[in-house]
Amino acid sequence: MIVDVAIVALKAFLVVFMVLNLAGILGWIERKGSALIQDRIGANRASILGFAGMGLINTLIADPLKFLTKEDFVPPTGDKLLHTLAPCMALFPALVTFAVIPFGDVITIGERMINLQVANLNVGILYAFAMGSLGVYGTVIGAWASNNKFSLLGGVRGSAQMISYEVAMGLSVMGVLMVYSSLDLQEIARDQGALIGTLLPPSLGFLQPLIGWLPAWGVFLQPLAFLLFFTAAVAETKRIPFDLPESESELVAGYHVEYSGGKFLMFFAGEFAEVVTAAGLVVTLFFGGWQVPYLMRDGFHFPWGSIWLLPQITVVILQLIAFTVKVLFFCWLQILLRWTVPRFRYDQVMSLGWKMMLPLALLNVVVTAVVIIAAQ
Amino acid sequence: MDLATLIFFVLAGLLIISSLLVVFLRDVVHCALALVAALLIIAIFFVSLHAPMVGILQIMVYAGAVMVLFLFVIMFLNPTVLERPRALWWSAAGILVLLLGGLLVPLFFNNEPPGDPVASTELFGSPEMLAKSLFGDFVLPFEIASVLLLVAIVGAVVLAKRERSAP
Repeated sequence: MIVDVAIVALKAFLVVFMVLNLAGILGWIERKGSALIQDRIGANRASILGFAGMGLINTLIADPLKFLTKEDFVPPTGDKLLHTLAPCMALFPALVTFAVIPFGDVITIGERMINLQVANLNVGILYAFAMGSLGVYGTVIGAWASNNKFSLLGGVRGSAQMISYEVAMGLSVMGVLMVYSSLDLQEIARDQGALIGTLLPPSLGFLQPLIGWLPAWGVFLQPLAFLLFFTAAVAETKRIPFDLPESESELVAGYHVEYSGGKFLMFFAGEFAEVVTAAGLVVTLFFGGWQVPYLMRDGFHFPWGSIWLLPQITVVILQLIAFTVKVLFFCWLQILLRWTVPRFRYDQVMSLGWKMMLPLALLNVVVTAVVIIAAQ
Repeated sequence: MDLATLIFFVLAGLLIISSLLVVFLRDVVHCALALVAALLIIAIFFVSLHAPMVGILQIMVYAGAVMVLFLFVIMFLNPTVLERPRALWWSAAGILVLLLGGLLVPLFFNNEPPGDPVASTELFGSPEMLAKSLFGDFVLPFEIASVLLLVAIVGAVVLAKRERSAP
């Protein structure tokens, strides 16, 4: 009993620890990455006792110190209680969503099977969406409590944008849920270990040599859903090209214009935690989660028949590394996107969400349903 | 008293407090946030009653979508502090509360042992069971409800269009 509780607590601590740390590191990667893209040297001014060599370590220490020692200003005409509560509302959902994302298969230690996932819910993906939909409150309440026209405009934009893209996001995942017929993210990740060849009906046997060797990852079975989901996920994180709630060239800083010091740091960390969570969801739904292609629980089973047996601990470590690498790749992709694409206009954001992505997501659901019924 | 009962009473107390705040606070945004808190606590009750699906849907639909739209409208309509209701309203509301509360009194004296606990099967409250009853036994009411919602959407669009064309 106590051991069970301890294992769950350890997993929860590890996940929050990793997400928060990765969020901090992403803050540095974002500056270095933008510098790389814009052909300049970025983030090299943080020197500790004249030592500026370790850019990452210095920035990681200097940034929070700077934020935490700044004055925490609350607008005198604003709502003091809600102004303090809003950053918590922004950070909390971003941190707890990762609880349902599996980062590995099960480990067996003695008699005990440990599922490498904090909360094994049978409604996992819906929990992720529910927590994501709570993320709006941080933006809206922060904007309203500041009692500032610019932030209010940002908040109104933010709530409309996030609600619109939640609809497209939810519908785009329907196809994936139909293919793997589960809402449990661990089961979805496990099902992606199969090969497409085993899923093909006999009538499509001629495709076997062509695509039969591919793992049954969501991106191969649902490519349109992947594009829609990833776009909607970027829109939900409110980053360029979807950073209309913030858009510093029009609204100064949008919903967090009146925030400084530690509270701003919470908004900042919340945004990067959302980036990590979005990457985790994309990886789990479309890129096999912790799956390494052809790696089963006892070792590699290659499609050409050879088998390479591995001990369980090696398999688990390979899975953890695969999950981390995939998540890091999608974090980097989002940062690359942010520094490559210019900001949309607001009506473009809305028409993209409602007139392009929503019909495409509906089409994807219908086509997937027809194909599944035809293949039975 | 075991831990589950203790948690229930703590949450029930919080639920009553936040529901009262919805009624008695005078700032509209504060009222809306108190309502969000109440809805989240009800969702926790659903989860503790072995219905995680209903609980999660409660958060998604009410706390995540409906209340956000409420806030959106409140922010558009430039909220002012609510006027204090008149004494007549208070007395009418008080009588109504007493009547509804009176209906609950017999339940307190109803000491029948609960029947077979429905949560005996592992599948109870799971998405599979919900989907089976929704799309199997109750498919016709479900479809009728969806058509009703569609009619409501079309009606809203028509109303919005008409207002814009008449300057």
